[in-house]
Amino acid sequence: MRVFTTNHRALGILYLLLALAAVIAGTLLSLVMRVHRVWPDLALPFFGTIKPEDYLALVTMHGTLMIFFVLTTAPQIGFANLVLPEQIGARSMAFPRLNAAAFWLTALALLVLLAAFFVPQGAPISGWTSYPPLSAVAAAGPGEGAGMDLWLMSIGIFCLASWLGAVNMLVTILSERRAGMTWSRLPMTVWAWLVTSILTLLVFSELLAAIILLFSDRHFGSSFFVPQGDLVNGHIVGHGDGSPLLWLHLFWFFGHPEVYIAVLPGMGLATSLFANFARRRVPGYRLMAAMLLVIGLLGLVVWGHHMFVSGMNPYAGTAFALTTMAIAIPSTVEVLGWLTILWGGRLRLTTPMLFALGFLSFFIAGGLTGPILAQPVLDAYLHNTFFVVAHFHLVMAMAGVFSVFAGVYYWFPLMTRRMMNETLGKLHFWITLIAAYGTFFPMHFSGLAGEPRHYERLAGPITSFSAIAANERGITFSALLLASAQLIFLWNVFASARRGRVAEANPWEATTLEWAPEMARARVERGPYEYEILANETNFHPQWELASKQE
Amino acid sequence: MPVHVILLDAVRVAQSPTWMPSDGALHGPALDHLMRWNLIALCLCFLAAHAWLVAAILRRRKSTQATAPKALPWIILTALCAMYVWMAVIAQRLWAENRFAGPAPEAMQVEVVGEQFQWYFRYPGEDAAFGITRPELVNAAGGNPLGLDARDARGKDDVVSSVLVLPVGREADLRLRSLDVIHGFFIPGMRLKENAVPGLVLHVHFTPSVIGTYPILCSQVCGSGHARMQAMLSVVSPAEFQAWLAARERARIQEGAP
Amino acid sequence: MPATFTRHPVEIERKDTGIGGKPPLDRRPTGGGGDGDNWENRPSGRRGPRELLTRYRLGVLFALAGDLMFFVALVSAFFVRQSAGHFDARENYVSDWHPLAMPPILWINTAILILSSLTMEMARRQLFHEIDVMDEWLGLGRPAVKRATPWLVATFVLGSVFLAGQWIAWEQLVQQGFRYNSPDPSSHFFYLITGTHGIHLLLGVIALAAAFGALFVLRRIELRQIVVDCTAWYWHTMGLFWIFLFALLVCFQ
Repeated sequence: MRVFTTNHRALGILYLLLALAAVIAGTLLSLVMRVHRVWPDLALPFFGTIKPEDYLALVTMHGTLMIFFVLTTAPQIGFANLVLPEQIGARSMAFPRLNAAAFWLTALALLVLLAAFFVPQGAPISGWTSYPPLSAVAAAGPGEGAGMDLWLMSIGIFCLASWLGAVNMLVTILSERRAGMTWSRLPMTVWAWLVTSILTLLVFSELLAAIILLFSDRHFGSSFFVPQGDLVNGHIVGHGDGSPLLWLHLFWFFGHPEVYIAVLPGMGLATSLFANFARRRVPGYRLMAAMLLVIGLLGLVVWGHHMFVSGMNPYAGTAFALTTMAIAIPSTVEVLGWLTILWGGRLRLTTPMLFALGFLSFFIAGGLTGPILAQPVLDAYLHNTFFVVAHFHLVMAMAGVFSVFAGVYYWFPLMTRRMMNETLGKLHFWITLIAAYGTFFPMHFSGLAGEPRHYERLAGPITSFSAIAANERGITFSALLLASAQLIFLWNVFASARRGRVAEANPWEATTLEWAPEMARARVERGPYEYEILANETNFHPQWELASKQE
Repeated sequence: MPVHVILLDAVRVAQSPTWMPSDGALHGPALDHLMRWNLIALCLCFLAAHAWLVAAILRRRKSTQATAPKALPWIILTALCAMYVWMAVIAQRLWAENRFAGPAPEAMQVEVVGEQFQWYFRYPGEDAAFGITRPELVNAAGGNPLGLDARDARGKDDVVSSVLVLPVGREADLRLRSLDVIHGFFIPGMRLKENAVPGLVLHVHFTPSVIGTYPILCSQVCGSGHARMQAMLSVVSPAEFQAWLAARERARIQEGAP
Repeated sequence: MPATFTRHPVEIERKDTGIGGKPPLDRRPTGGGGDGDNWENRPSGRRGPRELLTRYRLGVLFALAGDLMFFVALVSAFFVRQSAGHFDARENYVSDWHPLAMPPILWINTAILILSSLTMEMARRQLFHEIDVMDEWLGLGRPAVKRATPWLVATFVLGSVFLAGQWIAWEQLVQQGFRYNSPDPSSHFFYLITGTHGIHLLLGVIALAAAFGALFVLRRIELRQIVVDCTAWYWHTMGLFWIFLFALLVCFQ
């Protein structure tokens, strides 16, 4: 494989490796955070004692790495590069060189981001949301100088990379489908990639504009976000009527669709895997595809629910509360759809299926706290507490990561022609599931007790913090277990790639085209999930089979 | 911190069915009630969904076994939608009560100013008017942390405190300001949260109804001192409050210009 | 591209009458009929002469859609910033927005850009002139390219003049004291809006030059058409964006 390859499968693997590097870095940062919260004065090897600004830098970089470089790459463009062309019956992506350019820009963005650790004063401390004026004024905190500039440049490059990637994916899905591959024959994964590509196209360019405005405030004396008379560290830095609220609107208009970009591909993959391993057709195929579209569309008009208590007009709060509550409906349809597939199927509990089931469990657990946070009066208590941290880690991080695991175990034979070890896979699944719930579920209680986010240690007059100290310890131990369990996965991946059981063609007895044998170049005449023929679970029609007259 | 206070508090937190600290605001019980029912309802949905999931996994289906009635998912969907609508409507009513209407005209005005990493509270004094502040006059070391302008007569009787003291049973209207970055003004015991945004003056109003002390936390990351940006709300009887305020106002007049 | 909906198959009804059979019967609900270019349900590579062109046009469309969102973000920031203000020492609400007077040369620049869109369109159409395209495809010289070239050069010249005119407008503003670093927000927006548009147009001018070179380097007429066509659509879009942005700066300050 040449370094600057344009082969989409190689690029898919490169994206997955990039996400792997980012998730390892992000996980290490989170472990340091968790250990610090329980033993604040401990001097850690290599890191030393964690100062308050170090903690905030860890939080910021953890969030940035995980959301951008893990959850926006692997499930979406990583897996799409691996199998999208095959799934629609195309030979390659529409613009292979553009595709490659998108990857290398993403890699550059990751390097620029990691460089923020090594500049004077270190990485930024304003969170992945980088609200100004904290992020606009270098004097407002350590790391807000060069570190913040590097953060902005990294995310700016990432925006460009995402834009190119989305253009490629959209044109591929629209124009490279094989003859006969109509919209109602697309695998659900392709529907999900279609919706996420549209969202990516719309919101990352908008984020880029916001980043340029923030960069301008920092270096060119403009005042888009810094208000008049802003006094930081004894110096007046605000010379114009900027509005910090403007940044919140611009950022969250991107930020909310971003979390749907992170989770929608997993939803499409879950449908595919459930159909495959329950040996069932998808009963509400059109409805579920439509719901993906509706979630994507609605996701564009709910951004204000991150801003209920940020100074926004309370009437606007009501409007956003209603749109946010509305999004619960298509999500519920999806969940009921999955549960219906499972109920009527004969389940094969392979490792990819287990992870898909885990995805469903986390999606339910995290998703159910959404309606609480969608109510402004309740959010007025829970905003920026650990309740929110529990919510998004369950519904986005764990569900997203489980969908990535499911995809890796499922498509491993395509990448390496070998199978991953099932026993290790099951062990990995069970420990990860239990440890993930153990890590994030108790955070709900911390949040209800009022524990705010981004606190490097719990001290001060609030005594309910002492009541949740035991909680914190439990969470940290769970987190350590969670991280350790991933070593099983890493071992499994690298050992199976070399010495795993050789995979037969179509080892999962799937119907979708990425499993088609080489010679199958005929037009597509079958739907994506034609399992369960004549109520017999072993009888199924792969999508590359021609329709016969007997049907 | 005395052990028995910690333990009592821990018990209180654990006893509260929603793990929330005890509530001291007038609008608190309604909010707590809503929170409790939301948590119960969603917990039940979580358990029911997982019961369905686990049952589906454990089920051994024979090929001719009848599946569940096709209408069942639709019935469940309708019920859940009804629940979402009910949640939204009830919550909106509370939100409207708390936020749509302004404070009562006789509400007590207090200004809250956030600065890295300290909360200041300003009372308008006898004239019930706040004096003008200018950022260039801010000088905490020199005793003028808010930058009160000496030329404005209305500011001569303003009392600046680092503790928020309020009389029980009287509505308080807080003016939230910030000098430098966005801070979050959060009183868990009063079920109150609103950001303090530089360049804006934001108002929240509430009525403290239980005497006691309530921690005030910063809920929006504001820099390296974010975790220690804490203060205290002290809710006292009206007589005590008058005494405290009068003493502070006398001290203010005596010290003269800032 | 493939059909959107799965259609009913054509039923072939043949009865052996012993004489020669009956003709096939078309039972499609709408009666069938012509298929135009017969886009539908053809394998890749057999979808007609504009298959590759459609793919590239789609790519340009989506890329520009993303670009549009970028400008939408800038424009919404523009409107929000205009209405921002603060309370001064006398408790009056003052705004620091002072509308910037547009240098008159901008009107000339706009006219030049519109003209350049016309020449660009002429260039694009020359390259789709069927008789000349057929000749080129048959290898009989490059009449389509010859027709398009002067128009392409004219667009290049007009585009460069536009950019020079924008630069002059900037110089005029700097002389009046409005730099990018001056505290005036309307001047920030002016430079930001005209600057980002200018960068996009510079990329367009470079693309024009590249397209011009490509006309002589590329072997297939199809690819030559694509290069000029995509550049043309990009150019027109930048012209359209400019009209909106200019109207914004003139009328909505």
